[in-house]
Amino acid sequence: MSTVVKIPTAETPNYLTEERGILSWLLTTDHKRIGLLYLASVTFFFFIGGIFALLMRLELATPETDLVSPHTYNELFSMHGIIMVWFFLIPSIPNTLGNFLIPMMIGAKDLAYPKLNLASWYIYMFGGIVALYSMARGGVDTGWTFYTPFSTIYSNTYVVGAALGIFISGFASILTGLNFIATIHCMRAPGLTWFKLPLFVWSHYATSIIFVLATPILAVVLLMIAVERIFQVGIFSASLGGDPVLFQHMFWFYSHPAVYIMVLPGMAVISELVAAFSRKRIFGYTFVAYASVSIAVIGFLVWGHHMFVAGTSVYSAMYFSLLSYAVAVPSAIKVFNWTATLYKGSISWDTPMLYAIGFIGLFTIGGMTGLFLAALGVDVHVTDTYFVVAHFHYIMVGGTIMAFLGGMHYWWPKISGRMYPEGISKLSALTVFLGFNLTFFPQFVLGYLGMPRRYAAYPPEFQTLHVLSTAGATILGAGYLMPLIYFFWSWHYGPIAPPNPWRATGLEWRTPSPPPKHNFEVTPVVTQKAYDYDAMKEELGLV
Amino acid sequence: MSNPQQLMLREQYGTPEQQRESVTFGMWIFLATEVMFFGGLFMAFTVYRVLYPLGFDEGSKDMSIVLGSINTAVLITSSLTMALAIHSASMAKLKRASFLLLTTAFIGLVFLAIKFTEYYQHYEAHKAPGVWFESSSPHANAMELFYVFYFAMTGLHAIHMIIGITLVVIFAVRAYCGSFNSEYHTPLEALGLYWHFVDIVWVFLFAIFYISGLHT
Amino acid sequence: MNSLQLLPQTASTVATEWNWLFWMLVAVCFLVASGIAIVLVYWAFRYHRKSENELPPQIEGNIKIEATWSIIPFVIFLGMFGWGAHLYVRIEKPPVNAREIYVVAKQWMWKLQYQTGQREINTLHVPIGEPIRLVMTSQDVIHSFFIPAFRVKQDVLPDRYTTLWFEATKPGKYHLFCAEYCGTKHSGMIGWVYAMEPQDFQRWLEEGGSEGSLASTGEKLFHQFGCANCHHFDASGRCPLLTGLYGTEVHLIGGKTVVADETYIREKILHPRGQPIEGYLESVMPTFAGQVSEEQLLALVSFIKAIGPGAAALPRSSSGTSNVQFGQQKGIAGPGATSISGSRPKDR
Repeated sequence: MSTVVKIPTAETPNYLTEERGILSWLLTTDHKRIGLLYLASVTFFFFIGGIFALLMRLELATPETDLVSPHTYNELFSMHGIIMVWFFLIPSIPNTLGNFLIPMMIGAKDLAYPKLNLASWYIYMFGGIVALYSMARGGVDTGWTFYTPFSTIYSNTYVVGAALGIFISGFASILTGLNFIATIHCMRAPGLTWFKLPLFVWSHYATSIIFVLATPILAVVLLMIAVERIFQVGIFSASLGGDPVLFQHMFWFYSHPAVYIMVLPGMAVISELVAAFSRKRIFGYTFVAYASVSIAVIGFLVWGHHMFVAGTSVYSAMYFSLLSYAVAVPSAIKVFNWTATLYKGSISWDTPMLYAIGFIGLFTIGGMTGLFLAALGVDVHVTDTYFVVAHFHYIMVGGTIMAFLGGMHYWWPKISGRMYPEGISKLSALTVFLGFNLTFFPQFVLGYLGMPRRYAAYPPEFQTLHVLSTAGATILGAGYLMPLIYFFWSWHYGPIAPPNPWRATGLEWRTPSPPPKHNFEVTPVVTQKAYDYDAMKEELGLV
Repeated sequence: MSNPQQLMLREQYGTPEQQRESVTFGMWIFLATEVMFFGGLFMAFTVYRVLYPLGFDEGSKDMSIVLGSINTAVLITSSLTMALAIHSASMAKLKRASFLLLTTAFIGLVFLAIKFTEYYQHYEAHKAPGVWFESSSPHANAMELFYVFYFAMTGLHAIHMIIGITLVVIFAVRAYCGSFNSEYHTPLEALGLYWHFVDIVWVFLFAIFYISGLHT
Repeated sequence: MNSLQLLPQTASTVATEWNWLFWMLVAVCFLVASGIAIVLVYWAFRYHRKSENELPPQIEGNIKIEATWSIIPFVIFLGMFGWGAHLYVRIEKPPVNAREIYVVAKQWMWKLQYQTGQREINTLHVPIGEPIRLVMTSQDVIHSFFIPAFRVKQDVLPDRYTTLWFEATKPGKYHLFCAEYCGTKHSGMIGWVYAMEPQDFQRWLEEGGSEGSLASTGEKLFHQFGCANCHHFDASGRCPLLTGLYGTEVHLIGGKTVVADETYIREKILHPRGQPIEGYLESVMPTFAGQVSEEQLLALVSFIKAIGPGAAALPRSSSGTSNVQFGQQKGIAGPGATSISGSRPKDR
C-alpha cells in the first residue's frame, strides 16, 4: 500500500487521504481501510495457493510422478487446500467487501466494534504467518482435512504448526462474524428495517451466523489433534480406544457449514450485481433473504454426507442424504430468482455483470453435481474421486471467486475513486471463464471414470483429460493475473470515478468515490426498500 | 468527575443506548460461540462415555468429590459477589462495587488454587496422560481417555477463569476510579455475563467428571 | 492405452443400476443448467440496455412462481433421494451366502486372504456370477477399497472391520484403487481385480499353493495361543462356549445385546474385559493385543465362524472337499480333555 495517495481534484479528504503514513494504516480502526488490509492479505495468499495449484497441475500432466516426489505432491495439495480454504476463500469477500460495505449499506459510521475489527486482521495475519512458517519449514501432508490417525500418528510433517495457524486465524473468523451480527442488529440507520436491507447484508448476516457457531468446533477439533500429537494420547486413534470416525464427524460439523461461509458471500455479491445491471429490484426479494438464512441453518444438519463410505450406519446416511437435498432447495430458489430478475430488465454488459452471469451458470452446474453426491448410491462410486474435486471447484472458483472478481470490479470505483479499464477487464473475464471450464469440466469425467483424489500418479488412460485440465489451469492463471495488473494500474492512472457510476441504488452509492472516513456527513434516514429504482428514478436520472 | 457516559461514547455509535445495546448483544453472541466451543468437547466426551462406561466411571471415582464440591460452592459464591458488584454500581456505590469485584477475583483465585492442587494430586497418582500415566485397571485405556478430557476441559475452563480474573481486577480498578456510574456500567454487566457463563460451564464439568462416578 | 475413455467399465450387478441413475442425473442437470444458461444469455440479449437512462418495469415477484420452483425441484430431489437410497441399500447389504475374502490394508499395499488359504498382494481374483463379501481392516491409517468398474467403495479402518460386497458380471481385469489419502505412496496403493468364469476361478483356486484353509490356520492359532485351554468345545469349560456362537446374540451385563459377528470376535480377543457378558461377572480372559496380527485375527475369526451354527457351510478348501469337522479332532474336544500344546496364558 503506498503511503501517499494522489487523488486529483479532491476537495474534501476521503478515507484514503485523511490520514497518512504507515501507522495510520496499521493502527486504523476504519472499516474501509481494514477492508483494504484484508484485500492485500487475501490476494497474497491467493497467489501462493495458486502457485501450489499450478505445480500440482504441471505434475499431473503426465501419469508418472516425474516433476515432484510423491511426498512433495502430497504437501502441495495439502497446503493448497489449507491456504485456499482458510486464508483466502473464507476471509475473501466478507473481510474485504463485507468490511468495506456493510456499515455503508446500513447507513452507519463503522462496524459495532472497530477495534475488534483491526484485532481480527492481526489475528488472521498471525495465524497465516504461523501456517506459512510451518509450510516453509517443511510442509504439511495431511490434506486440508487432517484425517486421523494419519495426521496424529503417522505423518512426519508440521501438522501441529499448520493446525495452530488455522486455529489462530479461526478467532478472526469468529470475531468478524460477531462484529457483523452486532452491527446489523444494532447499527442500522433510522427507518432501515430488516426487510429493507440489501440482500448483500442478508447473506452476510447468514454467513456470520455460521462464523460464530461453526468455527468454535473447528477450534476444538484442531486443539484435540494437536493434543493427541503432542502428548501421544489417542483421542482419535486406536491406542486408547479413540475413534477416527469421531474426528470426521467433528471436522465436518464445522467444514460443511464452512463451505456455506465460502459461498453465501458470493451470493451476496451476485444479488447486488444482478440488481444493478438489470436496473431492477431482485425478483422475489423476500424469498432470497429467507433462502440465505435457510442455507445457513440447514447447512448445519448435513455434515454426514462427507462420510457415506466412512463406516457410518445406513440410517444415518439416509438422514444426511435427505437433508442434503433439502439444503439444495434454497440455493435453487436463489438461482431462479436471480435469473428471473433479468426478465424485462435493462441489462448492461459491464464486466461485473459478465462475472455475475458466469457465476449463476457455473454455480448451477456445481450445485447440481452436488445432487449427484447427495444420491447415496451414486456417491459410493464418485466420493473421493475427481468428481468431488470438480464439484467443489465449480462452486468455490466458478462461484465464489467469480463473484469476488465481479464485486471487486463493481465496487472498485467506490473503493479507489477510479474506474478499471473496461475492455481488458471483459477480456480477462472471458479468459477466466474459459480457463476455468477447461480446467475443471474434464475432472467430472475423470471422477466418474474412477480417478481417485490426491493421486500424484495415475493410469495412462486418464492422461488426455489431465492434459486438458492442466492447459485450462494455465489459461485460468493468466486470467487471474490480468486484474492484479490492471487494478494496480488503475489506482494511479484510471479515469476518475463519479459517486455512482452504475446508477445503482444502495446507500454506499450516495457518498463520494472514495467516501470520507465516517461515510456519511449526516446519518441517513431510510424510507425506501432496497433496490427501489422507482422511488429513486429522479435522483438517478432514469425515465 | 466527568460523565462516564460521555467519556465512553465511542465514535461509531450515535447514542448511548445504541452503545449499551451493542455491548450487551455482543457479549451474548460471544457466549454463544463459547457454548459451541465447550459443547464440542462435551459432545466428544459423551460419545466416549457411552462407548466406555466402565472406564469412565472408574476415572470419575478417582476425582475428589469433596474438593469438587468445595470448588462448585466457591465459584457460585463468586457469581454472587459479581452480581452484588453490578448491583452496587447500579446504586452508584462505586467503591463497594470495586471491593466486591476484587472479592470476586480473589474467590476465583481460590478456585484455581484448589484446581491446581487437584492437578498435582493426579500427577502424583500417575494419572496425567501424556506426562505420567499408569494404571493397572483392566480399563486403563478408557481411564486415560477420561483423564485426557478431564485435563483438557477443566484446563480450558481454567484459562477462561484466568482471563476472567484479570478482567475483573482491571474493572475493579476502573470502578474505583469512577469510570462507571449508575447510568452507565454496561461493560461491567457484560463482564458479569461472562463470569456467570464460566461458572455455569464449571457446574456442567462438575457433573460429568465428579458426579457420574458416584453411583456405584 | 492412451485412448480417451469417456465411459466407465460396467462389470457388476449394481453397476448397471448405477449407470441408469447416474445418466438420469446427468440428463436432469444438463437440462436445468442449459436451461438456465440459455435463458440468461437470451434475456441478456433480448433486454440489453437500449438507452442510458432507461428504467425498466420493477417487478416485485410472484408467490405462485416461487412456490412452483420450490416445490417441483424438491419433489424431483425426493425422487433422486429415493432412487439413490434404494441403490445404496443394495450396495450395502450383502446377500446371505456370499463368498468371503479378507482384506488387510496397510501403508501402502492391499493384502488379500482367501478362506481357502491363498494370499495375494494388490490382486483379487473373483468368479463372476457369485456374490463376494470382503471383510476388511487396516493395520495403520484409514484406507478405502475402491473398484470403479463394480461401483463399490468402502473405507477401511484400523481397529475395526468394515465390509463391502459385489457380484461381478463380466470377466476382465479391473482397477483397484485406494481411495482415502493414506500418506506418501497413496497413489501407488493400487492393483487389479480379475473377474473370471467360474471354472477358471476354480482352476485358479486349485493351482494356488496354500497352507490349508484359513479356518484351519485359525484352528492352529486357537491352540497355539492357548484359547482351547479355557474355551472347550463343549460346555465344560468355565469360559463362554464358542461352538455355535457365531452370528448369535450375546447378552451383556447391563441389558444390552450384541451380535457375535466378526467385529465382536476381534474385540473380545483384543479387549476381553470391555463388555462383560451376563453370567461372567469377572472376566479372566487375558488380552492378546500386541500379540496377534490382523491376519491372525482374521484366521481366528474364520475358525470361530467355521464352528458356528452354520458349520455345515464350511469353507471350500482347495481340494474341493471339506470333510474336516472342526473341534472334534481327537484330543481337542470331549469332556475331560486336558490342555494341549502351548503355554498357559498368564492370568492377569
